[in-house]
Amino acid sequence: MTGNGDEGIQKLLKAVMPPVDPDLRRDLWPAMLRRLERPGTSVPWYDWALITALGCWLVFFPEGIVHLLYQL
Amino acid sequence: MDLLKRFQQGDADAFEKLFRQFQAEVYGWIIPIVRDAGVAEDLTIETFWRIYKARARFDSDTAFGAWAHRIARNLAIDHIRRRRREEELSEQSLMIAMPDSALRRETREKIHYAFRQLPRKLQAAAILALVDERPYQEIADLLGASVGAIRTRVFRAVRQLRKQLERMGVKP
Repeated sequence: MTGNGDEGIQKLLKAVMPPVDPDLRRDLWPAMLRRLERPGTSVPWYDWALITALGCWLVFFPEGIVHLLYQL
Repeated sequence: MDLLKRFQQGDADAFEKLFRQFQAEVYGWIIPIVRDAGVAEDLTIETFWRIYKARARFDSDTAFGAWAHRIARNLAIDHIRRRRREEELSEQSLMIAMPDSALRRETREKIHYAFRQLPRKLQAAAILALVDERPYQEIADLLGASVGAIRTRVFRAVRQLRKQLERMGVKP
């Protein structure tokens, strides 16, 4: 019941969205254990360099923030 | 010592107990939003991973469920945003998603496209209200918003969808 009286949109969405099973069908603990055992990921040095360069660029060219936000 | 205190102090058995106690519930919060069992399982694990990492900051006097729910909800909604950007809805998933074979493929694609253009919060509210037909109160609890906000999101979703579909030549 939408309360919007727009059954047309509702009908179209129902036609393209499959129903989902709300129940979990397997125990996820083994997968959780694998996740816990995986070594933590560290940020590589070149990512830090890129972030630093980006920060400097935004300091000198603040109008670039708009372009950056558009890309995000 | 109670379970939450033990978990907070890094007790692995306590974490396993909490995981087993809450995994189905966390999955149940995520699946109606992401609508993909594999993704929901991954995000359930990611939720617990974040809970585990942040255990030292957890206040054991507060409700574990509410904390887990907040993390799970944010992950699920973030996933919608990523999926929208990356357009992960492949041609194949569209075909699987199509129980009504009478609807033409082109029309289905247009409906999916229009839906993906909605902001992620509108997508989540629209799916839960229009497709799953859940009560507004339940959607509000699931998405951590007021009933009024959910009504507004569904209304806006319907309005935007109708406009977009009409522009593309689909009559709702």
